[in-house]
Amino acid sequence: MPLETLERVGLEQSEEKDFLWTLNFGPQHPATHTTLRLILTLDGETIVKAVPDIGYLHSGFEKLGEHLDFNQYVTIVDRMNYISPVANEIAWHHAVEKLLGIEITPRCKYIRTIFAELMRIHDHLLCCGAAALDLGGFTAFLYAFNQREKIYDISETASGQRFHPSYTRVGGLLRDIDDDWIAQVRAFVRDFPKAHADVCRLLNRNRIFIDRTRGIGILSKEEAINWSCTGPIARASGVTRDLRKDEPYLAYPDLDFKVICAVTGDCMSRYLVRMDEMLESIKIIEQAIENLPSGPINVDVNDKVVVPNQQAVYRSIEGLIQHFELFMTNRQWQTPVDEVYGAIESPNGELGFYVVADGTGVAYRARTRPPSFIHFAVFPLLMVGHQVSDVVAVLGSLNIIAAELDR
Amino acid sequence: MTYDESLKQLRERFGADSVATSEFRDNRRVHVASDKLFPTLKYLKEACGFDLLAELSGADYLHYPDAKDRYGVWYILVNTNDGARIVVKTFVNDPDPRLPSVYSLWHGADWMEREVFDMYGVVFEGHPDLRRILMPEEFTAYPLRKDYPMRGRGERHNFPELTRAEG
Repeated sequence: MPLETLERVGLEQSEEKDFLWTLNFGPQHPATHTTLRLILTLDGETIVKAVPDIGYLHSGFEKLGEHLDFNQYVTIVDRMNYISPVANEIAWHHAVEKLLGIEITPRCKYIRTIFAELMRIHDHLLCCGAAALDLGGFTAFLYAFNQREKIYDISETASGQRFHPSYTRVGGLLRDIDDDWIAQVRAFVRDFPKAHADVCRLLNRNRIFIDRTRGIGILSKEEAINWSCTGPIARASGVTRDLRKDEPYLAYPDLDFKVICAVTGDCMSRYLVRMDEMLESIKIIEQAIENLPSGPINVDVNDKVVVPNQQAVYRSIEGLIQHFELFMTNRQWQTPVDEVYGAIESPNGELGFYVVADGTGVAYRARTRPPSFIHFAVFPLLMVGHQVSDVVAVLGSLNIIAAELDR
Repeated sequence: MTYDESLKQLRERFGADSVATSEFRDNRRVHVASDKLFPTLKYLKEACGFDLLAELSGADYLHYPDAKDRYGVWYILVNTNDGARIVVKTFVNDPDPRLPSVYSLWHGADWMEREVFDMYGVVFEGHPDLRRILMPEEFTAYPLRKDYPMRGRGERHNFPELTRAEG
């Protein structure tokens, strides 16, 4: 395939153009983080054309979504953006609950909100830490990962799993949180600003970091909208759009926070937007954890959508019937024969699921709107005219997660 | 411009019976025939301010209850000024599922259209670079079609077997 590349990019390999040469970047390269491949056409060290070649990690998640029920598929969406797994779970069950017409309980809303914001910090820490790592700043990366470890511990306390918690369920959560979890979140809220300040002090005025990121990979506001960008990438270009404010879901209407925007749209402003969003997330977590409502985490068992707990199954006939109903493959959920799109503001941008339902408990079509996929399409546009060494800076600032990119 | 105003304008522009609508929860949908798709989307973008193509994908309605057409493709548009959302939906059929490409309106459609082509075989006319995106180029089937099995012998026969010496 590399041999055809020049033809495909529309450059004749003629006398005049024979100074151009092709560089294959990836799919196995330490700076691509995951399995990405770029075919770069170079003039000296300047990039004339970048052609991404994706699909190395394609594993048919959406096909699986048509064969697993609403609760089983949560283990698969976990593995899409594995950097912020619970955000994917929340998005998936947000769409499913919209389809079923369920209003989840206030306590569940708050716990999900706290998790969604922890995941935003989780994702941004990786993005900012790895951006520094690729540009040669190893210490900031370690400071960031030290805090990510705390979030893994919080996930483990809540669900028993660090990496892929599968914590949400239709109409509720796997299980309620305990005092230990609340103490851990409070400790995180207390300690995080210091670590954040450390990373800021290492990078924000760092001469090398600024030289490598300022003015690199500029995405204008018009381009950002035209190329369907959302999330921190669009906000760094001046698009003041955040689904938490525009289409409020979960507990966000009750909470006070700001939407962080920048105007330049280069790698530096994408980094700065992410850094500031983390502090806003901490504000949200702090408000939510101190105002955590009491009450049940699941919707009422008589609504026939939520898996009953062990006590209800063993001690009551309703619970037993309900348990059978949801787990027998010919019963399950009774959905409307219709389709719905539900989206949340995931750390990377708008993460939506378009669920087509045919009346059974298995989605007829479970389409993911993956932010990484859409943002990676912009990459060729951002790269033209830059140096080879800028590839890693732009790639790091777009935060492409290949598992979500290829699904 | 809000959904209702846009709908009113669409009806004035294209005739009252050419624009069918449906609603479910907060999703408001406009159903258009595939030949009216491009003018409708162009009008929505240019006159009604829907400047962000948030999502474009499709589904195969082969076994869907009461479905008359085979492939459905949806376009979810957002007005970034007031946050209004609209779903435009259209259907195409075998043997030659074709739709006009909206790459000229939203460049974001580039990869999303390629993915629909890759997964369902819907051809987008006017797309600058319509190739497979997730599956290998040698792949011959469309894996998200409902007549493509989830489990089976696989696609091994589609790829040449190389020995270590040849590779």
